[in-house]
Amino acid sequence: MNVEEKVVEIITREQHLEPGAVKPDSTFAELGIDSLDGVNILFALEEEFKIDIPDSVAQNMRSVRQVVDSLNRVLEGKDISDLVALAKSGEPHPSN
Amino acid sequence: MRTVVITGLGVFASTGKDVESFFRNLSSAQTGVRRITQFDPSSLSVQIGAEVPDYSPSAYFPEKRLDILDRFAQFALLSAKEAMQSSGLTVREEERTRFGVVLGSGMGGAQGLDEGYLNLYAKQATRLHPFTIPRIMHNAPVSQVCMEYSAKGPSFTTATACSSSGHAIGEAFRLIRFGLADVMLAGGSDAPITYGMMRSWESVRVLACGNGNPGRACRPFSADREGMVIGEGAATVVLEEYEHARRRGANILAEIGGFGMTSDAGHITQPTVEGPARAMRAALDEARVNADEVDYINAHGTGTRLNDAMETTIIKEVFGDRARRIPVSSTKSMHGHAMGATSAIELVATVLAIQRGVIPPTANYTKPDPECDLDYVPNEARSQPVRIAISNSFAFGGLNAVLLVRRPQ
Repeated sequence: MNVEEKVVEIITREQHLEPGAVKPDSTFAELGIDSLDGVNILFALEEEFKIDIPDSVAQNMRSVRQVVDSLNRVLEGKDISDLVALAKSGEPHPSN
Repeated sequence: MRTVVITGLGVFASTGKDVESFFRNLSSAQTGVRRITQFDPSSLSVQIGAEVPDYSPSAYFPEKRLDILDRFAQFALLSAKEAMQSSGLTVREEERTRFGVVLGSGMGGAQGLDEGYLNLYAKQATRLHPFTIPRIMHNAPVSQVCMEYSAKGPSFTTATACSSSGHAIGEAFRLIRFGLADVMLAGGSDAPITYGMMRSWESVRVLACGNGNPGRACRPFSADREGMVIGEGAATVVLEEYEHARRRGANILAEIGGFGMTSDAGHITQPTVEGPARAMRAALDEARVNADEVDYINAHGTGTRLNDAMETTIIKEVFGDRARRIPVSSTKSMHGHAMGATSAIELVATVLAIQRGVIPPTANYTKPDPECDLDYVPNEARSQPVRIAISNSFAFGGLNAVLLVRRPQ
């Protein structure tokens, strides 16, 4: 199972959604995910992947795609400071 | 000043998950005290509690909702639902800012707290679930009930241990009485039967043991009483300004005549005579009721040696020679001490006594105690008209809440 599939599985589970409801292109808004739900999903991802997602990045995630991209970069050990800076600047995430 | 009436009742307790079964069990002296099932209590010296039996949260709430509802908030929502349904009340859009919720909780989100500590300290977790705070905060039940019924008026939580929901109902009564609201949902909920809480109570040495015969463990006012039994649950009442209720043709169940609220400023666990007596007199004074008009007292009656003797002295202090002729019962003998829910559960029992002319008994009464020499309605309900009744709550910490209710005039 790749990162994308895992993210989809976790969001489906945490939101108690029907299988298939979460697509790689879904936005949080479409899925009815509010800010508190988002925090819950991030917690589940951190637990699953044994990683820390910085708060500043976490707060800017608005879609499944953004989550997958950020996770991939964290998992590949890539520097994500540009994402942090971007989040702080209020600019849209590159995946938007 | 405005008149405040009760037009709906809801209860979710060890002795019944709705008003009908609750009062049927109380009237037949059926207790809700059993061996604890929420966790394995084998290592505890006290292994019993008044648990809501066979409770399956998913039978009442969708899974998504349950993620954020601690047990005490679930109970609050369930009792509020019955109260709202029984009142037949629909709050119109323009009335919502005059509709509020006041609920008590002594222990807050005890379940979530226990789980969190277990993960943090025992399992060495380095982070806790993000829903921990919204689940365990004391005001979670109030906020959830407000959202459920779009109540946008004055709303808050009271936390005064065993008096929490007495204070909640009393303060909600005053908000309507003084014109700050027209309709209030008021009551309380608690779910304190956790390993951590039970260990804490065990150390205070006020719990009845009774592992061998849970149903007989709590014996208020009886010479052989050994202490209290921890319970859980919720109760909610719908309070309405009298004209509001009358205009919509509501079934008026009782009137709240008075509320007495005092502090002992004495001792952190031992009650005084003066503080509670002053609260009882204040409730009588506000209702303009003479001591000789009271037909029934629902006692605080925890079942501890100290409380029951002291409460007897308090009642004699307030009612003088007439004290021995007033039926006094402790329904905690059956539903246990449900902490922040207990005053509300007892007020529901008191309103039903008025409604149905049946005084619920003090269960498990076996032997008179010279220090407790009143009429405790031992073991059998009594059919008797009740026009005016008082419900006592004297909390740990010396904070007293006494409610006076009467048959609608």
